[in-house]
Amino acid sequence: MSAGALPALLAAEESGRGVLSPSGVEIVFLLVAVVVLGAAILCVTSRHLVHAALYLVVALGGLAVEYLLLTAEFIAWVQVLIYLGSVVVLLLFGLMLTRAPIGPSPDADSANRPVALVVSLAAAATLVTLVVDAFRTTWIDLDTPHGRSDALGESLFRAWVLPFEALSVLLLAALVGAIVISRARRDDSEEGRG
Amino acid sequence: MDLLDVTLRVVAVLAAFLVLPLLVGQAEHKVMAHMQGRVGPMHAGGFHGWAQLVADGVKFAQKEDTVPTGADRRIFQLAPAVALVPYCVVLVAIPLGPGGLVGQVVDAGVFFVLAVLGIGILGQLMGGWASNNKYSMLGGMRTAAQLMAYELPLILAAASVVMAAGTLSLTGILDGFQWWWVPWQLVGAFVFFTAGIAELHRPPFDAPIAPEEIVFGAFTEYSGLRFALFLLAEYAGIVVISALTAVLFFGGWHGPLPDQLGWLWMLLKTAALCFLVIWARVAWPRLRADQIQKFAWTVLVPLALAQIALTGVVKVVIS
Repeated sequence: MSAGALPALLAAEESGRGVLSPSGVEIVFLLVAVVVLGAAILCVTSRHLVHAALYLVVALGGLAVEYLLLTAEFIAWVQVLIYLGSVVVLLLFGLMLTRAPIGPSPDADSANRPVALVVSLAAAATLVTLVVDAFRTTWIDLDTPHGRSDALGESLFRAWVLPFEALSVLLLAALVGAIVISRARRDDSEEGRG
Repeated sequence: MDLLDVTLRVVAVLAAFLVLPLLVGQAEHKVMAHMQGRVGPMHAGGFHGWAQLVADGVKFAQKEDTVPTGADRRIFQLAPAVALVPYCVVLVAIPLGPGGLVGQVVDAGVFFVLAVLGIGILGQLMGGWASNNKYSMLGGMRTAAQLMAYELPLILAAASVVMAAGTLSLTGILDGFQWWWVPWQLVGAFVFFTAGIAELHRPPFDAPIAPEEIVFGAFTEYSGLRFALFLLAEYAGIVVISALTAVLFFGGWHGPLPDQLGWLWMLLKTAALCFLVIWARVAWPRLRADQIQKFAWTVLVPLALAQIALTGVVKVVIS
């Protein structure tokens, strides 16, 4: 801890927003975070394929709850709609198509486990350092909702409209690419038959 | 918001959740019977068999609750709850009348209901996979494919109303409602209602549970109370989709004397739409799985996009 951090911490304690006197919301936030972390670890370590997908549901749903606790309501519902409602359903659909068995699938493990562990730890360390360094003792006032949809829409389509459009072009390119790949395969198989 | 207020609202939503699906179920018995030249249940409870579903419930509760030997036990048992609970949660956000006659005002209400509705499908997928039965697996796969196809038109149609009203809040949409929104958004209403019926696997979109070909799909192995919970989820789904269509496209509580009779107009509109759902079951034969996919991608999605374009043009012209 650097020399300047301690007085700042003490000042924070005095104003009632320090780490030693957590509010109810903060405690719930931490509890949900523990659940998310646990579900995420179970998701990557479980040998039952479908169980792993369902642990992913818990982890992603827990994240939505965290957004809600931070009053980012719109993002929370988008998280549920996109990840729980579509991505996980697509995952389960894929697992069903490959006839995921009931019970453990021992061949689902790969030899890359240590490498994956190193990569994930490095990524986590980078992100935590970044977030801690960027925000330090910044305080979010949770009494006024921040993630209201009208405010989000204003900033998205006024200040951030260029990245937004760039992203939509990227998605369009992915869509066109998917169509091209699927059509090319069909032509091949028709030639093969003829 | 004090504790008493919150308790009252929760109890009211729970009561609506327990009573309305049963009313729809009983109406289905009687309406189907009369459309087919029968009289339907006449004995249970005396007057026109009004207690038939209560009797059914008692029967389901008495049945043995079996879990197949090869099934994934915990997921199999959890699935009905995952399928049912989201519909109860969604009811919280649907406004019944003006002036705060709603379980809880949600700022991004449209997103909230669509997001939570999608979770219910997870329950059916869990049941379909965990049963360890090929019919259940087929049913689960058809369920997932159908959800993929119909989620898009459902959201696009809802987005059209959101554009028209300029708000994501269900109460906000009703506050801004004008009578001419009905003809303006009529195509969107058709798309939303049809896609909603398809997500519930109601006939004619019931290929995922088709009793005559894949023996009730994901529900094949379920018996007793858990099967009843899946059925209850279906009827609760009818209520939710009809109520949402009424709110988004037909003005919810708007009508003569909205302050006194708003709740009545809302319930009547919902009931009329529920009647349409039942009527569709009697009127149309089941579509094949591929016809269902084709209908979504070649009819509903283009219609929904056309509705959004129309909404955008009109919105720019009048503003």
